[in-house]
Amino acid sequence: MEQLFSLLDSTIRVATPLVLAALAGMFSERSGVVDIGLEGKMLVAAFAAAAAAFVTHSPWLGLLAGIMASVSLAMVHAFVSVTYNGNQLISGMAINTIASGITPVLGLAWFQQGGNTPQLDDDSRFHDISLPFADALSNVPLVGHVYSKLLSGHSILVYLTILIIPVVSWVVYRSRFGLRLRAVGENPHAADTAGVSVARVRYIALFWGGVLCGMAGTFLSVYQTGSFIKEMTAGKGFLALAALIFGKWRPLPAVLGCLLFAFADALQIRLEGVDLPVVGQIPSQAIQVIPYVLTVLLLAGFVGRAVAPKAIGVPFVKSR
Amino acid sequence: MTDFAIELNGICKRFGAVQANRDVSMNIAKGSIHGIIGENGAGKSTLMSILYGYYQADSGSIAVDGKTVRIRNSQEAIRLGIGMVHQHFMLVDNFTVLENIVLGAEGGLLLKQGLAKAREHLQALNRDYSLEVDPDAIVGELGVGLQQRVEILKALYRGADVLILDEPTAVLTPQEADHLFCILRALREQGKTVILITHKLREVMDITDAVSVMRAGTVVGNVRTADVDKEKLADLMVGRKVTLKVDKAERAPGAAVLDVRQLCLTDARGVKLLDDLNFQVRAGEIVGIAGVSGNGQSELLEVLAGMLEPTSGEIRYQGTDLLQEKSTQPRAALYRRKGIAHVPEDRSREGLVKSFPMFENAILGYHDDKSVSKGGLYSRQALLARTRDFIRQFDIRPDNAQLRVGLLSGGNQQKVVLAREIHANPDLLLIGQPTRGVDIGAIEFIHKRLVELRDAGKAILLVSVELEEILALSDRILVMAGGQISGEVAAREADTVSLGLLMGGHKQ
Repeated sequence: MEQLFSLLDSTIRVATPLVLAALAGMFSERSGVVDIGLEGKMLVAAFAAAAAAFVTHSPWLGLLAGIMASVSLAMVHAFVSVTYNGNQLISGMAINTIASGITPVLGLAWFQQGGNTPQLDDDSRFHDISLPFADALSNVPLVGHVYSKLLSGHSILVYLTILIIPVVSWVVYRSRFGLRLRAVGENPHAADTAGVSVARVRYIALFWGGVLCGMAGTFLSVYQTGSFIKEMTAGKGFLALAALIFGKWRPLPAVLGCLLFAFADALQIRLEGVDLPVVGQIPSQAIQVIPYVLTVLLLAGFVGRAVAPKAIGVPFVKSR
Repeated sequence: MTDFAIELNGICKRFGAVQANRDVSMNIAKGSIHGIIGENGAGKSTLMSILYGYYQADSGSIAVDGKTVRIRNSQEAIRLGIGMVHQHFMLVDNFTVLENIVLGAEGGLLLKQGLAKAREHLQALNRDYSLEVDPDAIVGELGVGLQQRVEILKALYRGADVLILDEPTAVLTPQEADHLFCILRALREQGKTVILITHKLREVMDITDAVSVMRAGTVVGNVRTADVDKEKLADLMVGRKVTLKVDKAERAPGAAVLDVRQLCLTDARGVKLLDDLNFQVRAGEIVGIAGVSGNGQSELLEVLAGMLEPTSGEIRYQGTDLLQEKSTQPRAALYRRKGIAHVPEDRSREGLVKSFPMFENAILGYHDDKSVSKGGLYSRQALLARTRDFIRQFDIRPDNAQLRVGLLSGGNQQKVVLAREIHANPDLLLIGQPTRGVDIGAIEFIHKRLVELRDAGKAILLVSVELEEILALSDRILVMAGGQISGEVAAREADTVSLGLLMGGHKQ
């Protein structure tokens, strides 16, 4: 039981940045703009957040810096792919390359610690929060356990993310912006003739994608590790993209995909160096590969035909 | 107050070297159905795009309800009460009818109230104009006729008083077209103004109150429909007399050249694209295949041309079953060598390489023709000479064999394909949509050549979505619906009503 709870607890921790990034990707891809730059935006946000938090001693200013850095890259992507009808894959790739290049360079110039940022002190980091009555309820079987061991004791960013999920889902399916977002990604010409500005919707979608990526990056550096480490996103952006496809570009299934990947990741950490019955100790390399194998298997087998937004990747050029 | 809903005065629009509209003026009366008729490239669509705000006119003025206005984009046009039903529907396939209708006019940040209000409004419109559209249906699952009505609803929901329809019947069966015309008449009764862009004379005569005829960017006539007849309009449209009927003598056909038996084609999803087809095409006859596009005609042509492998059946050509022939070369090449020529439906994708010059296109599919090639090299001189022959015989313009084919007009491109295929002296000619995107002058020419070929004893299988063309050319007419032949009619006895019923899938 203890084991299971701690496994699920770390699943939530690992899933949070994935969920944020996947929702970010959902906004831009639902609007018809391919977003392989999630990785780069997260990385830049992680760096900017750690650097700002270190200088200002405020995790909140760190978050703001992270969001601003990520949004500015998102706007570059929008400028290239919406305003100039450029190739969205190349633009996304460029963002990733820039991100992995510029972060250690600036890190080295500013902090002289091999491209990383200095370890943040306690005041400059986000902390785990105990929810009210967590202690009191910890002895109540099941419900109390779930509340105090699983739900309580996470960062404020985790709780924000939990709030953001239904909000995003509501925006996509129940709001005017959501209707326009989906229309623009499916048939921009229809949206255009109906009087919707395709460029405007895509810019707004990419902006919110930037905000969410900024939060994801901040979570990594200002909460999880307490400093920026070179290439610390380590493919999480692409994993989030995979979860998005797994969820067929719908918010809740995408979140489910993130939880699945995160669970595999948490399981991998837990299995390392453990003697299992029958097979004995599994080599750590074999264990580390689990989340990735799972990704491939899920995408290849279980998803079925993932129907992407029809206009994805296609720059909108007025037909007349 | 004025009696005109729309007044266009001296509209000019130039794109580079092309003067698309030259000093165009017309007045469109309130509560009328006004036709705009003209050949391809006559400037109809440009004019309507200016009215709907896609383009700005270089000069000239537009008045709506007597007030001079500037229309800078489609939102402004909508605000002035102008609605457009595009030729290619502007709908989001995976949205419901209701969602498509409110898109861009949601009336608030939240969808809920907007959708509820739209539903009420929609029901009223549905009732008033007998549109019969289910607001909760997914648009992609509706037929084209219904999708078109969704487009009309979209415009009406936005408060359109003037409705522009761009070639609305191009994709409809005759019955659906009749229903559309009923709707348009109902709109007129309610005081709406309808502008109908078309190149079909019959439609103009049937339904419009007044008509503007356009030719080469200018208006050559603004007339009341009651004062003209078909022939007069056609004359105005092309600027010279055209015969709508093709002159052809009765002729007794010879032996069967093509004999198709129990031909079936099933696609990967198990859908029967061709369902047990049995028919013959005899020497010296034109067999027309009518049908709304997408009912198996395209697949039939491709199977007969060797581009698609049928699932089962026999294709007997001059007595032997082509499907039993063993050959190392691709089927299409084999069939071609045996004397089956093919003018594909989509000439720009399957009939021509647009970036190649005319003379290279003139031997596509006939590369091993000994008279122009030797040992894998072709003789440029012989090829150019042949192409010049084509140009002369088929009156291809401009007469430059080295010009890239993509620069030719649709009609001239089609002539290049036709010249090439006829030059091979085939016994069987398969021809799909011979006059799609071709102007009237060239249509007449192409039709004449086809009849000449028939009179020379060739067998011709003609697939076309233009009923008038099928009626004018064919000796026998087969109608396809849902992959089956729903009926056969002798051309003499055929009329659009009976054909329309068959096209709609009513079996004989």
